Amino acid sequence: MPKDLVFITVIGKDQKGIIAHISNAVFKHNINIEDLNQKVMEGYFVMTMLADMADSKASIADIKREFTEIEKQMDLRIQVQHENIFKAMHRV
Amino acid sequence: MEYSLDEVMETVRMTLYHNFDIRTVTLGINLKDCIDPDIESFKSNVYDKVTEYGKRLVNEAGKIEDKYGVPIINKRISVTPVSLIVESCKEDAPIEIAKTLDMASRDANIDFIGGYGALVQKGMTRSDSRLIDSLPEMLSSTERVCAFLNVASTLSGMNMDAIIKLGNILKDIASRTDNGIGCTKFAVFSNAPEDNPFMAGAFHGIGEPDFSLNIGISGPGVVRSVVEKNRECDLTGLSEVIKRTAFKITRAGELIGRELALKMEVPFGIVDISLASTNKVGDSVAGIVEMMGIERIGAPGSTAALALLIDAVKKGGAMASGNVGGLSGTFIPVSEDSGMNEAVRSGALSIEKLEALTAVCSVGLDMIAIPGDTPAETISAIIADELSIGVVNGKTTGVRLIPVPGKKAGDYVNFGGLLGETYVMDISTFSSRDFILRGGRMPAPITSMRN
Repeated sequence: MPKDLVFITVIGKDQKGIIAHISNAVFKHNINIEDLNQKVMEGYFVMTMLADMADSKASIADIKREFTEIEKQMDLRIQVQHENIFKAMHRV
Repeated sequence: MEYSLDEVMETVRMTLYHNFDIRTVTLGINLKDCIDPDIESFKSNVYDKVTEYGKRLVNEAGKIEDKYGVPIINKRISVTPVSLIVESCKEDAPIEIAKTLDMASRDANIDFIGGYGALVQKGMTRSDSRLIDSLPEMLSSTERVCAFLNVASTLSGMNMDAIIKLGNILKDIASRTDNGIGCTKFAVFSNAPEDNPFMAGAFHGIGEPDFSLNIGISGPGVVRSVVEKNRECDLTGLSEVIKRTAFKITRAGELIGRELALKMEVPFGIVDISLASTNKVGDSVAGIVEMMGIERIGAPGSTAALALLIDAVKKGGAMASGNVGGLSGTFIPVSEDSGMNEAVRSGALSIEKLEALTAVCSVGLDMIAIPGDTPAETISAIIADELSIGVVNGKTTGVRLIPVPGKKAGDYVNFGGLLGETYVMDISTFSSRDFILRGGRMPAPITSMRN
């Protein structure tokens, strides 16, 4: 089955449990984590997670709703964007 | 990972912090197949077609917004110039069709619908005249319908008889609406493109297929931020970084446009790469020019700075997409750009300098409030000046002026929402009356001898 890749990106203050919360939400919707990167940039915690939604029944809108609560609780900005836009913008 | 963290975060930052968005997706719809001798059937054909496709546009655009995390600000429709489709109908047909378009766009949740207009660069048919005369009534009795006129072109010259009419018509529209706001929905052009996705001038040209999905991207905030990061580089280097940024945002626009067209099963038309300001902090073309090192837009150097900026945007855009079209210049709508507004307030920017900017890249005198008592012939003369720049330079120029009733130069006026707020500009009080009232058609310019 072809992959259906999305980038989940998180920006915010470094704190315990960010990856745990995100991974938990992703697992709940049967989404597979393909890769994960994190570092502190200009004083902020930044994480990018590449995830495959091919086996999930959820839509991107569903996942975003799932993350709204985590955003509020942990004071984070979480974006979910299909991989195609990164390919279009960063690869000729 | 195939992408570096920096690459991913660059895209994310553009949308989260620098107002990168798709300014408009505009579906062009051919209405010629709706024509019927019976006006009631005609209206019902128009209503059905516009609402069906309008609803689909809004629905599919929403899904794509979610998928890519890029906001699509406006969902719009442009139609065949209305003057053409009502040629054989009775006197009040233009207004009847306008009201139908208004109702259809409201029911489909389309924010603006363009195409109430005519192409009269060489002369007016009876239907064209009737439509022009109906503009004040139409613009004061509908909410979402936008009007346009093409009154000049490089191949035909300028129709001065139409331009004479427009001075009075703009004053009439202004007098019937609060703060003259009806005039914000009406643009006059030279060399109007048939695939422009931006309002008020969008229409679905006669060379277009049944449908055409056109997209307007925008990112003054993104470009401003890249200029801010490159304070030290010379202008050659600055052009290079702007070009790269324009490439990226155009590619995103093209991706979204093509996918939306595919979902709607209509042909993809063009990406309009115009920089279009909003009143959000930092999302200003004036802000970019000022970040380049001009104290206030309008100061000497502004024309050169804007020329460099848009040339770089066009080079990046043309590399990114084979479908660049529409206007693809700079919008510097005074009331909709907080930086432009500040320049007017502080006296840095005059209407004459705005006119000069259109000679290199801007697409017109846009959203400019002028004193309510400006004589009709002076308004016609400003239109003629601006359009002659387009005619002679083989480019599009447009005019959207608002003669605000009861206001004089320097007064403050608030149009509300996205239309913004502004200060009334000072207009020369020397008369152009005898020149304008000569009328006739200014001949098409010679296109060799380019100096």
